[in-house]
Amino acid sequence: MTLSTQLINLMAALLLLIAFAMLAQRRILSLIHLFAWQGAVLTANSVIVAYSTGQTHLYYSALLTLALKVIVMPLILHRLIIRLNIKWDVETLINIPTTMLVGIALVVISFNVALPISQLAGTITRSTLGIAVAIVLLSFLMMITRRKAVPQVIGFLAMENGLFFAATSTTYGMPMVVELGIALDVLVGMLILGIFFFQVRQAFDSLDLKHMERLKEE
Amino acid sequence: MAEFVESFLSQLAQTVLVVLIAPLMLGWVNQCRAWLQNRSGPGLLQPYRVLHKLFHKDALLAHNASVIFRAAPYIQFGCMVLAASIVPVLGTNLAFSPAADVIALVGVFALARVFSSLAAMDVGTAFGSLGARREMLVASLSEPALLMVFFTPLLIVQSSSLSSIVDALAHRDFAIYPSLAFAAVAFIMVLLAENARIPVDNPATHLELTMIHEALILEYSARHLALIEWATAVKLTVYCAIGIALFAPWGMVEGTNWLMFPAAAGALVIKLALAGTGLAVLETVSAKMRIFRAPEFLGMAFLFAVLGMLIRQLLGA
Amino acid sequence: MLPAAVPPLELIVGVVSYWMVIGLAGLLRPLSLYFVSRVLFPLGILGGMVLILAALQGVASQPADLVLPLGLPDLPFHIRLDPLAAVFVGLLGIAAVGISFFSAGYFRRVQGSPPGLLCLQYHLFLAAMTVVLLADDAYLFMVAWETMAITSYFLVTSNHKVPEIRSAGFLYLLIAHVGAIAILLCFGVLQGGQGNYTFAAMRQIELSAFWGSAAFALALFGFGAKAGLLPLHVWLPEAHPAAPSPISALMSGVMLKTAIYGILRVTFDLLQVQLWWWGVLALVLGLLTALFGVMFAAVQTDMKRLLAYSSIENIGVIVAGIGLTIIFHVYQQPHLAALSLVATLYHCLNHACFKSLLFMVTGSVLHSTHQRSLGKLGGLIRNMPWVAMTALIGSLAIAGLPPLNGFVSEWLLLQAFLFSPGIANPYLNMLVPVAAAALVLAAALSAYVMVKFYGVIFLGQYREPSLAEARDEGPWARAGLVWLSAWCVLLGILPVAVIRLLDNVTQPLVDFAIGSNLERTGWLLIAPISPERSSYGPLLFLLGITGTVLLTYFLVRRFYHGRERRVAAWDCGFPAQNARMQDTAEGFGQPIKQIFEPFFRIRRQMPGPFDARPTYSATTEDRLWYWLYLPVARLNERLAAWIGILQHGRIYLYLLYSFVTLLGLLMFML
Repeated sequence: MTLSTQLINLMAALLLLIAFAMLAQRRILSLIHLFAWQGAVLTANSVIVAYSTGQTHLYYSALLTLALKVIVMPLILHRLIIRLNIKWDVETLINIPTTMLVGIALVVISFNVALPISQLAGTITRSTLGIAVAIVLLSFLMMITRRKAVPQVIGFLAMENGLFFAATSTTYGMPMVVELGIALDVLVGMLILGIFFFQVRQAFDSLDLKHMERLKEE
Repeated sequence: MAEFVESFLSQLAQTVLVVLIAPLMLGWVNQCRAWLQNRSGPGLLQPYRVLHKLFHKDALLAHNASVIFRAAPYIQFGCMVLAASIVPVLGTNLAFSPAADVIALVGVFALARVFSSLAAMDVGTAFGSLGARREMLVASLSEPALLMVFFTPLLIVQSSSLSSIVDALAHRDFAIYPSLAFAAVAFIMVLLAENARIPVDNPATHLELTMIHEALILEYSARHLALIEWATAVKLTVYCAIGIALFAPWGMVEGTNWLMFPAAAGALVIKLALAGTGLAVLETVSAKMRIFRAPEFLGMAFLFAVLGMLIRQLLGA
Repeated sequence: MLPAAVPPLELIVGVVSYWMVIGLAGLLRPLSLYFVSRVLFPLGILGGMVLILAALQGVASQPADLVLPLGLPDLPFHIRLDPLAAVFVGLLGIAAVGISFFSAGYFRRVQGSPPGLLCLQYHLFLAAMTVVLLADDAYLFMVAWETMAITSYFLVTSNHKVPEIRSAGFLYLLIAHVGAIAILLCFGVLQGGQGNYTFAAMRQIELSAFWGSAAFALALFGFGAKAGLLPLHVWLPEAHPAAPSPISALMSGVMLKTAIYGILRVTFDLLQVQLWWWGVLALVLGLLTALFGVMFAAVQTDMKRLLAYSSIENIGVIVAGIGLTIIFHVYQQPHLAALSLVATLYHCLNHACFKSLLFMVTGSVLHSTHQRSLGKLGGLIRNMPWVAMTALIGSLAIAGLPPLNGFVSEWLLLQAFLFSPGIANPYLNMLVPVAAAALVLAAALSAYVMVKFYGVIFLGQYREPSLAEARDEGPWARAGLVWLSAWCVLLGILPVAVIRLLDNVTQPLVDFAIGSNLERTGWLLIAPISPERSSYGPLLFLLGITGTVLLTYFLVRRFYHGRERRVAAWDCGFPAQNARMQDTAEGFGQPIKQIFEPFFRIRRQMPGPFDARPTYSATTEDRLWYWLYLPVARLNERLAAWIGILQHGRIYLYLLYSFVTLLGLLMFML
């Protein structure tokens, strides 16, 4: 294996590890830091793929990822949780060891699902498609098993990271227009969600989403 | 026949070496810890002095201590010496290595542990049985993790004999194997649990309710205690040697090229010193966990090991 | 010598008749304990020995069959001895010799059934199990199976004056018959509409995938009910403690293996084609059973219930091995299929030896101390050295520690698990190694359970002052214990000889014999795949450990011979120490109860702040009883009540029923 392939495999393994670490976290502050690390690893991955395949538009993509996912978004989230005063509380619906076991099962499923598809792709990074699908599923699991609002948002953002990684690994990134559009959408979405959380907090005095169940017609 | 004699001699040399330098390894770890905690330690040779003192004392046995209590230290020591003879430290030409592979190695450690737990229950005190059940609990949870850790190199090399694994891994071109990296992290966590180091158990504690391994040896004295302490030191050294053999196997001797042995011994000393320093650093920056956090810790180790195996199967790396 | 000249099948038939004669002889003087235990049981031992010799011969020879002139006019009894049956017959022989030795010394008082009746039931039980192993047609199989169930029911309820024992026996009989119905239906499916119920005919029939799966599912259900597989295991923890200890030993050691024999016979011999999902089902069910058994064993306080749950765990491991064999066989890996089959059969042999040994140990302890609860035992190693030493060998063996026999079968099974990534199915490729981790967890927890068992009973101080008067066992019981311990050690250090014998079984069933590999490494090492890939040499291991221990001992005595003094225990300087301060059985199981709490149903009664006499009690129960059995029982009662409306005692209504039926028949006939 060439050095660049080994490095890309290493990045993929690190991304998988970060996704599991997010699943096991108890503190929201650590979740944000892990999300920043995930962005950093994605940037490094884009740079390596750009360098080894000569696709220069990936450099711009890496720059965008760095600016948005490593700096801007974690900063916004950080300020959000400080204003909401919720640095610590992460409650889960099912306990952490069971979540981990379900996570392992999801990883096995995504690996097996991705095997036939990755044989069709022509990129040097095609074997990492399984990991990308696994990251998407694990982030989805994180969204499902959390009770408070902010970890769900981080799960949503991590899912987008996974999709980005999938795009990089199978088709050398998305067209620039699509990428800029998605980045803008995600940024604006986060700002709106931030405002939304304040409203939820005002209405129920807590960010626990089970209060939303009171909104149904009785 | 000459081959067999050569491999037997190389085997004997390695076993004796490991058994003799094990207290030095323990002394080095304690010394590093002392330096990190800004105090001057007791010296590198302190464990030898302790062993010497203990061997010369009279043994005090409880009235109702049975033959299991008296035999257990010898059995523990014997098992650890056997383990030291299976793990390749200087070279892979070991006469005894076909007799046991990694699974049998895990079995040897289990045998020693069961006998020490039975001996702890023998005198019939509260702390002995407390230590016995905690030790067996930590062991039951760390064995699956250890098996999964061994499984990643086994997948890569398609063999469960440690000598074959070392031979194959030492000859591969240097490449980044994320699966082996994950397995290494899991192995370090299992090493901490099995050898009763912080964060699973504090080897220097004197509070009985926080003891796991220490509680098993509360009733021992004199030569029995000396053998058990020596066996603990050998176990730590053997575990470090297993980690080195699986994850950093360069510098070992193939066959019985006697000229290469001093170089291999030098490489071994350097690697063990690094391992000891690393262990001391880990112990200094961590705090001991509550006993019921240990399952989570070991579950995390199991997870790392399984991730390593899955990444190996998917990426081939 | 006579046994060598007579063909093995006829020899076994001879032993069966011999046992039936001894059983009937027990009726001559039913109340004489001396006659039964000093004459009849020792005579029965000879039968067991002949059975072992016949089995050794039978394993190495070609299958032989025979038609007996018994049975119904058109349905004579067919019997057949092939290597698979011979292995289980040998297992039966080994266990029977040890247990008969022990029983000769065990039955000292007349409790419940008279001794002659006990002798009859015991020997009929042994004979019935042998016939089950030999049967070559469904009719004889079911006759022998039912005889086995009924004689064991009577043996379980020997002490029938105690109500709990009667209800345990009833539960056992009920589930045994539910299983028997499933087995009968399975044979019905296997005969494929031809009407010929001999196994020879069933081997020729090709079933479709649906009917084959139906047969497999019915066999797994029916034989699983007898073996104690989840969720049909509830009778085991009730029946084994209720029975007298030699009977528990026989049931746990041998009867459960006849069920395994049944599964193997149906899956590999009578069904021609297997499907991969059968293997996955058996593997998953086996692993769940193993984990369930060992977790419940860790929290028990009655020593025989602990061993019963441990039997459930071992049966789970065996069925997981069968599942793995099916998977390898379907995916055309004959080498690995043979390896896992050898591991499974080896584990059957091992379990028969060490579980019978441990049940006999509990019998001795019960005899000398009259205590069954672990909370009232302790320190018996001083009074009962023979029992304690053999119990140590049994406990180390069952915990799977080298160099005894439990480790060999575990090692072989793990080899099969770990070399599995070669299967074509990618899901299985990744999941099978994780299943290996579950197996290792079960094995490690069984070591935990055995430390609890041995430590609480034999080590420590006496928890009751009356224990100081306990005495060791007599010569007959000792002979039985030593016989089985010797087999545990032999099976541990001479695995190559055993594997060569088991090859005769794997060759016809999965088309491979791993013994051919063993030729290269000789009799000292097992290297099932190749010596470079993995190997284990138990005799070298044993010599290595004993050598080092002796060397250390002599060196220490030579250089550092300090004196020894006996003092009071240190106990960290706590002044008042009594026997009640050591761990109880509940205490030893507490970490497992806490970590695995969702799997148990724990009912706690906490003391309140205003209680005059505060009490705390916690009972651990089986969730499946409440989820599965009680709802089924309630449904049954409701259905019965509904049908019971028909019965109201009024004669004119009964006459009306007959009248209406007659009217209906007349109208529809004409």
